[in-house]
Amino acid sequence: MKKTLLSLMALAAMAGTALAADVKPAVVYGTGGKFDKSFNEAAYNGAEKFKKETGIDYRDFEPTSDTQGEQALRNFASRGYNPVVAVSFAWTSALEKVAGEFPDTKFYIIDSVVDLKNVHSIVYKEEEGSYLVGLLAGMKAKSGKVGFVGGMDIPLIRKFACGYAQGAKAANAKTEVFQNMIGTTGAAWNDPVRAGELTKNQIDQGAEVIYAAAGASGLGVLQTAADNKKFSIGVDSNQNYLHPGSVLTSMVKGVDLAVYNAFSDVKNDKFAAGTQALGIKEGGVSAALDDSNKSLITPEMLAAVEKAKADIIAGTVKVHDYMSDNACPM
Amino acid sequence: MDNYEIFVSMLGSTVRLSIPLIFTALAGLFSERAGIFDIGLEGKMLASAFAAACVAYATGNAWLGLLAGIGISILFGLIHGFASITNRGNQIVSGVALNFVAAGLTVVLGQAWFSQGGRTPQVPNGARFDPIILPGAEAMRHVPIIGPLYSQVISGNNILTYIAFLMVPLSWWVLYRTRFGLRLRAVGENPGAVDTAGISVTWLRYRALIVAGFLCGFSGAYLAIAQSAAFINNMSAGKGYIALAALIFAKWKPVPVMFACLLFGFLDAFANFMQGKQLPLVGEVPVQIFQALPYILTCVLLAGFIGVARPPKAGGVPYTKER
Repeated sequence: MKKTLLSLMALAAMAGTALAADVKPAVVYGTGGKFDKSFNEAAYNGAEKFKKETGIDYRDFEPTSDTQGEQALRNFASRGYNPVVAVSFAWTSALEKVAGEFPDTKFYIIDSVVDLKNVHSIVYKEEEGSYLVGLLAGMKAKSGKVGFVGGMDIPLIRKFACGYAQGAKAANAKTEVFQNMIGTTGAAWNDPVRAGELTKNQIDQGAEVIYAAAGASGLGVLQTAADNKKFSIGVDSNQNYLHPGSVLTSMVKGVDLAVYNAFSDVKNDKFAAGTQALGIKEGGVSAALDDSNKSLITPEMLAAVEKAKADIIAGTVKVHDYMSDNACPM
Repeated sequence: MDNYEIFVSMLGSTVRLSIPLIFTALAGLFSERAGIFDIGLEGKMLASAFAAACVAYATGNAWLGLLAGIGISILFGLIHGFASITNRGNQIVSGVALNFVAAGLTVVLGQAWFSQGGRTPQVPNGARFDPIILPGAEAMRHVPIIGPLYSQVISGNNILTYIAFLMVPLSWWVLYRTRFGLRLRAVGENPGAVDTAGISVTWLRYRALIVAGFLCGFSGAYLAIAQSAAFINNMSAGKGYIALAALIFAKWKPVPVMFACLLFGFLDAFANFMQGKQLPLVGEVPVQIFQALPYILTCVLLAGFIGVARPPKAGGVPYTKER
């Protein structure tokens, strides 16, 4: 009897390890690099949080060019990693291929949609978060001029720009919004020098608040704004602490939460294919407020943001999604 | 904002974007005039940017950062010299190899030391070359015509910018008015004659590479701790090659080199500026056209307008003393 019990326990233990072994998470970052203090770093933080809480280790890969993503995804899938999280719109077509080849592996993609049975796509309503920071920018800029510096010229980034312009004009209908894109290739996420130069141009034209939606290049925008005693707005992660007193706020995307949820859903066997769009209502996007920017935000600005949030959730304010028709009414 | 102000703002941008090109092209000038093709300018620039950012971050002193940048750049120059002068290797191969070494090594070391994806941490403001406001810049601001020019283009740059413009006449003086310069130019045209005169070709070419390394170190430091505040992967982004193009464009002469670099900087500034602007008659022009403009113009100018660019005769040929 004792023996049977022991063997049962051993069996149970084995079954337990077998279950845990099913979760071998892996992350493939975007080309901005793991520690871009922005988008990819948020994904990294989510993965680290999962590791800390569950003790389950994960593997990650930092592709340095647009062609490495597919290889990395296939590599992880073929070695039995599950789930595999692709943290960039850039891996969309790569994932379409790889997910078809490994139907038993669960894939997640952030910022893009792949319509397959074993893929869960997470997109954000960046236009809503950008609307909030645009509102703050519009209220902060006494000159009525604000700027936007985007990374790569793609519809996703135009979506940021469009929401931002709409927010800025909601604060003051006469607000002028300058818009620049750093480049048209993946290198645009890693070019802080050009980002800084574009920022300087906008400042010379009178912009007082500049919103950077440009991955690691955004650091150049923040730096230039701080050097010229103007305000900037960070993106994806909370970047307020980078230049306290100059970074007005950050448009935070809950990428960390998305990665964390991806890992734990597969761990708890709750994977569901499909697309999730996270906006203000779902807590997917927000404007960051903390000790570093407390002094820059007046109570009126805070109230306006809260009101805008409520209006967007209630549906009385509609923020235009650039990607729905590839055009911006602003 | 009226047209003049836009023009002044663009000039300011031109100056900022031209400085790394000027340093690098002058570096190329010295080594190519001595008969050593220097395709490795890009790598030297990148390596010195990395060294400058690391040291400035660690010590909190911009000058030490600059010194480190110069040191690494000279070291790269000496390696290039060892391969292509002492061992008579192919200069292009050696230069390209150095570019690859720099691109890889900086990221690997950066990742190992700072684990920020190959970047260095942000260098604090005190450890950077801050803009210098020249006396009277604020007072002059509202003087018509000259005022904005003085306060936005001439004043408000960092010290390296002024050094770059000083280096141009200095290079001219060294190349055309000193014994060293005469010999250096001779060794690029006819090393045999220099050797016959009893002057060491090897030592002369090494010295040229040291001068080139010295100048290139400034450009890297400018990128990392003056223009921005950290080293970023591959932050030189092809500027070394553009400087090389400017050098050819300027027919290997110091003052034209400066103007060529300013022209390239201006085209870059123009491209940045014209993004998203409405043009009369045409409407908004896609940004890609403006971004391609500098390269198109370079091709056109190189093809039709400057005539034959004649490189130093002995360029790229390793010197063999006796057959």
